[in-house]
Amino acid sequence: MTEELIIAGFGGQGVLSMGKILAYSGIMQDQEVSWMPSYGPEMRGGTANVTVIISDDRISSPILTQFDTAVILNQQSMDKFEETVKPGGVLLYDPNGILKHPTRKDINIFKVEGAKIAAEMGNAKIFNMIVLGAYLKAKPIVKLENVIEGLKKSLPERYHKLIPLNEEAIKRGMNELVEIS
Amino acid sequence: MAEIKLMKGNEAVAEAAIRAGCDAYFGYPITPQSEVIEYLMMERPEDRTGMVVLQAESEIAAIHMVYGAAAAGKMAMTSSSSPGISLKEEGISYMAGSELPAVIVNVVRGGPGLGTIQPSQADYFQTTKGGGHGDYRLLVLAPASVQESADFVADAFRLAFKYRNPVMILSDGVIGQMMEKVIMPEQTPRLTDQEIIEKYGDWATTGKPDDKERNIITSLELDPYKQELHNIKLQAKYTQMQEEEVRYEMINCEDADYILVAYGSSARISQKAMDLARAKGIKVGIFRLITLFPFPSEQLNDLAGRVKGFLAVEMSAGQMIEDVKLAIEGKTKAVHFGRYGGVIHSPEEILEALEQKLIGG
Amino acid sequence: MDIKDIIKPENLVYTKTKNMTDKVLSYCPGCGHGTAHNITMEVLEDMGITHNTIGVAPVGCSVLAYEFMNIDMQQAAHGRAPAVATGIKRVWPEKYVFTYQGDGDLAAIGGNETLHACNRGENIVIIFVNNGIYGMTGGQMAPTTLQGMQTSTSPYGREIETMGSPLKMTELIAQLPGVHFVTRQAVHTPGAVRKAKKAIRKAFEIQKEKKGLAFVEIVSNCNSGWKMTPVESNIWMVDNMFPYFPMGDIKVDGKLVK
Repeated sequence: MTEELIIAGFGGQGVLSMGKILAYSGIMQDQEVSWMPSYGPEMRGGTANVTVIISDDRISSPILTQFDTAVILNQQSMDKFEETVKPGGVLLYDPNGILKHPTRKDINIFKVEGAKIAAEMGNAKIFNMIVLGAYLKAKPIVKLENVIEGLKKSLPERYHKLIPLNEEAIKRGMNELVEIS
Repeated sequence: MAEIKLMKGNEAVAEAAIRAGCDAYFGYPITPQSEVIEYLMMERPEDRTGMVVLQAESEIAAIHMVYGAAAAGKMAMTSSSSPGISLKEEGISYMAGSELPAVIVNVVRGGPGLGTIQPSQADYFQTTKGGGHGDYRLLVLAPASVQESADFVADAFRLAFKYRNPVMILSDGVIGQMMEKVIMPEQTPRLTDQEIIEKYGDWATTGKPDDKERNIITSLELDPYKQELHNIKLQAKYTQMQEEEVRYEMINCEDADYILVAYGSSARISQKAMDLARAKGIKVGIFRLITLFPFPSEQLNDLAGRVKGFLAVEMSAGQMIEDVKLAIEGKTKAVHFGRYGGVIHSPEEILEALEQKLIGG
Repeated sequence: MDIKDIIKPENLVYTKTKNMTDKVLSYCPGCGHGTAHNITMEVLEDMGITHNTIGVAPVGCSVLAYEFMNIDMQQAAHGRAPAVATGIKRVWPEKYVFTYQGDGDLAAIGGNETLHACNRGENIVIIFVNNGIYGMTGGQMAPTTLQGMQTSTSPYGREIETMGSPLKMTELIAQLPGVHFVTRQAVHTPGAVRKAKKAIRKAFEIQKEKKGLAFVEIVSNCNSGWKMTPVESNIWMVDNMFPYFPMGDIKVDGKLVK
């Protein structure tokens, strides 16, 4: 199994940390992982993206132009990454702020109202966990228990009290995944 | 049990330095390598091992702090990215001239000038052909993974002390910024002051005992004939490196018609290109350089007799390709491919170059 | 009485410190460097810290200081001596570390290294020999060259409008909290030499007590660069250098005295 994924959105949406938790989850189940971010000034409020690869085998290139899955969280990223999903692949997006919805017919398109649900749950910071949950529903590549283990590894000790809230957000995201096409 | 971590290449360098028993790190922030000093400052290695970490006022000051600490027999290192390495070249030349061990990490970004903060491999010439003034070489290790970023630190120190010569770890923005699984080496204790005096007291400036001649660390010799002799001695070390330290990795070269020659992140991206090519029935192998100096000339020359051509893949306008061509002595074709200025080539672009520039060209 | 009767330990009134080698000094006759070297080395011997001291030589006339000072020494790149000394001191905090630098090295090309080593309060001694000129390279203008003074790169005299004012590096770094002791001395008369030696001793005592950076400027002559006889140069120094670079302590026990 190899999953080649890009997560793209605004800086501050938790794009990089979502990728990191996913990578940790892969380690928890003895897989090879790589996490390659866009970096630099563009991250300061601009667009941020991270390529995550989880594989049973040694990972070759951490740099990719075609992805099994794209998780898209703003319009700029939609414009840039819709075309990069491999035929038959998955595109998951949050429609919040999206004006031009994806149009491809050769891929599986899902949405999750991450921003809306986060607002309902009263905590904007769990947005990325809702999206992560939705992603894992669409692509169950790592087990939930390993994601929780990944969270523990990824978060500093002082934030461990927030793990139950994150877990709730992931489960909520799983339940709120909507298949469009 | 071995400790598995998820880390950036830059963080792995920092953690590995602590675990290698490094005595001192002196650095200055620059993207994309600032995680090295940030990690060290966060980790408080002075509490863990007694290692000193200092943010210097400039890259120049940092390298000269390394020069001072290295002269005094300690394991000292610094890291930077391309424009900062240019500033450090003065001190690197001094250390090569006065035969001091030190480890320098370059997380390469695009140039020239201030360039870009995006990844690049355009410092190959600077790194392997001297960089600073004078006839000298650095031993250069090029990690292609986060694991190697960690493993090469202790290796670099061992080689630096073996040859009393600076060793450079040539990373790049991809290797430095990406996170991968890494198994950290066990902690090696730092040498005690007494052990340092016993091991290196014959050359290091640790204070002159009454019963012993003083130690002088200098690269100055005004008499050109003596300076020539000193240079001959340095060259002998580089020859020895060439004989003993060449490192490389060959992947699928046994049946290959075409070889992608690459190092660092380009070698990783080339592996994907190799998979794509083999899926199309093109027999491609990878020759990955691990040491850039010494260069695996003999090994490439051997391979040259058996294959139809080499594609030198590097994120530069064509630097390593010159050494590849020298190595293979015209036995077969060698062409360059690479995006540069901070652009990372994709596996598909490498495949296209292979088909058009090498196979079809 | 034969000379052999005179050369006896009981008749000994003065001897060269063991911390100076027998190598003939490369300095011009009349230059103050030799005296400054000598008193620095005497201080180490007097304090019994020779075996625990590491010196850093600069680029400039005293580039070869390690040929004359019989201690462990390192030669630094131009201006970088305070950074080199920082590196040594940080990894050997119990050793005594000092730099010996000229005005071009310390105040021009090494201005930044000097400023920041001082600002960090590195526990080192800096000995700064200021003769207002680049001696080794043949008499070019230094940051401390006086207004109107002729050098090979200010042949019509230093012009403030285009070349700036002579830099009082010593007063400048005295402002920094990390600096514990700052003084300006000279070595042109026996009395001045005694005072300068006392100041250097004090500087090393401060390092012993780990109180911070100690900075000793020695205003000296450069008869070759100034194109004078040694005697003339010393008179010129007193008349011209001393009014701009006044003698005495500037900071004692971490407090400015003037």
